[in-house]
Amino acid sequence: MAKTLYDKIWDAHVIRTEEDGSSLLYIDRQLIHEVTSPQAFEGLRLAGRKPWRPEANLAVADHNVPTKDRAKGIADPVSRLQVETLEKNCREFGIPVFSMSDHRQGIVHVVGPEEGFTLPGITLVCGDSHTSTHGALGALAFGIGTSEVEHVLATQTLWMKKARNMQVRVEGRVGPGVTAKDIVLAIIGEIGTAGGTGYTIEFAGEAIAALSVEGRMTVCNMAIEAGARAGLIAVDDATIEYLQGRPLAPKGALWDRAVTAWRELHSDPDAVFDQVVTLDAATIEPQVTWGTSPEMVVPVSARVPDPAQEKDPTKRKGMERALEYMGLTPGTPIEDIRLDKVFIGSCTNSRIEDLRAAAAVVKGRKVADTIKLAMVVPGSGLVKEQAEAEGLDRIFKEAGFEWRDPGCSMCLAMNADRLEPGERCASTSNRNFEGRQGYGGRTHLVSPAMAAAAAIAGRFVDVRKF
Amino acid sequence: MLAFDRVKSQVIPLDRANVDTDAIIPKQFLKSIRRTGFGPFLFDEWRYLDRGEPDMDCSRRPKNPDFVLNKPEYAHGQILLTRENFGCGSSREHAPWALADYGIRVIIAPSFADIFYNNCFKNGILPIVLDADTVDRLFREVGPGYELEVVLETQTIVKPDGSVIGFDIDPSRKERLLKGLDDIALTLAFADDIRAYEARRREEAPWLFAPVDPCT
Repeated sequence: MAKTLYDKIWDAHVIRTEEDGSSLLYIDRQLIHEVTSPQAFEGLRLAGRKPWRPEANLAVADHNVPTKDRAKGIADPVSRLQVETLEKNCREFGIPVFSMSDHRQGIVHVVGPEEGFTLPGITLVCGDSHTSTHGALGALAFGIGTSEVEHVLATQTLWMKKARNMQVRVEGRVGPGVTAKDIVLAIIGEIGTAGGTGYTIEFAGEAIAALSVEGRMTVCNMAIEAGARAGLIAVDDATIEYLQGRPLAPKGALWDRAVTAWRELHSDPDAVFDQVVTLDAATIEPQVTWGTSPEMVVPVSARVPDPAQEKDPTKRKGMERALEYMGLTPGTPIEDIRLDKVFIGSCTNSRIEDLRAAAAVVKGRKVADTIKLAMVVPGSGLVKEQAEAEGLDRIFKEAGFEWRDPGCSMCLAMNADRLEPGERCASTSNRNFEGRQGYGGRTHLVSPAMAAAAAIAGRFVDVRKF
Repeated sequence: MLAFDRVKSQVIPLDRANVDTDAIIPKQFLKSIRRTGFGPFLFDEWRYLDRGEPDMDCSRRPKNPDFVLNKPEYAHGQILLTRENFGCGSSREHAPWALADYGIRVIIAPSFADIFYNNCFKNGILPIVLDADTVDRLFREVGPGYELEVVLETQTIVKPDGSVIGFDIDPSRKERLLKGLDDIALTLAFADDIRAYEARRREEAPWLFAPVDPCT
């Protein structure tokens, strides 16, 4: 019977299925960070349990780490304790860990693919909803809670019910200046933040196949913002090229065998999806969110929408509340929105290609005087080294950007990087929820090129005309 | 794991859609390495008028009088009634920890985000999905003194007038919640199946078992 990519990976990992349809699923790999793991390790300790396969895990601190003056350590004692606890737990239980001073340290979802820890066809979990990122390599990857982190540590499995299959097809090609971020924001605008709930989304179509593997990571990263725990993209030459030579990717004869198996990781031509959504790539413009949910998004050429036009009362109230929180008036052109801060970083957009795209816009220009802070936070130490080798750091610094050390940073503001109440930020991250980037902070989600252009202009501008 | 049998309680109406986990428990409270103590910071940014920090004494903080949890008639409710896509956003289990620590045992909504829904069962919280019309009707009926009785065994919600609403739940989740079973112990009973799977997988995909130590 014809299978989807999700069906294939799921079937290859089922250990047993109960009468009510819940399956015991084998988990090949787990990424661990400091925020969602301490209680899991504590649970193991209290029950006297050991990790089933310690070497199937990789840990790295990312959420709390400072992005400057790192040699001085972490100033906040609570953050420091959490990071120290991760390293202590990993040593105690024999889990491989990159310490904060390791040059490979970075955001878990940047480090996993970069190291070749993420491989096609595997199941990969992490106590972090943006684990969907790894689906870009044809891995079934999804976020879990701390109890499940403990369960995976102890048993290398999870109990799950199979999700339904959704395919999102982006047909045709996007125009110049339109990026993976714009594609995924347009998808979320189309299907809504709950549109993918209960589904695994496979992204397909010419525009997706044309993306680099890093661009595909941006798309899969935000599958969860459409409600889907996992996003997937079929393996192709680009995937295999990306993985070759990565430190933890298979070598020699094992590599050849793995590649043969990975070549099967695509949906069969006649596979049936429970739902198919199609978008026309040519109609997608650079996107800007205006509200407090990623589905509250419009093209840069549009205006802030008017709740009075919305018929559904719950939605209308949500829009009114969002506009009030965001300090925006219906009908305002997006290009008239002025900004206080600009953040380029996060597991969505902090890879080398993101930084290159932003630097290309910034080169030879200056950040507007009205911008209080414009910062670039590379996704990992290796991304940072690569960017510096290419001279991108100089471009950013000469323009007036701060060039920081890797971590989650102002995507969720668990470290010192945050917005102050009322501050408005163009951000390449993934969530514009109330308070996400700091108490009272106002977040607009955009692509790296759009964020860079906004930093120069001091307001949103269409990067295609910039 | 905390068992769940039945709850009879005041209903707290939280009339918002897409309540995200950042709203349920903001990030500054995620730095704790413990599972407890999150209740006072549940819905922190909506509940208080100042900016919350982890070591604060919440009894001294200025409260937002308009927020439902601050209304005396709802203060002790154990059943939360809310709108679609409750718990969207991050996978933080701190969200159900905060709800449970506050005393919430049942959440009724037209839909939940998947990861949050799953996390509830690990913490003795029963998330109930009802169709949007039924939720709408409950919102119209609920008020001070309005109580529902939720019985997991019979999968029923009994209204004040004695009428009954049924709800669905996976049999295995129901069983585990009723008995408060330790998931890991249950799974380890299948240790031989897991090992047999690994032996088979090792043949099919040996590259996944090649010794790797990225830290050397």
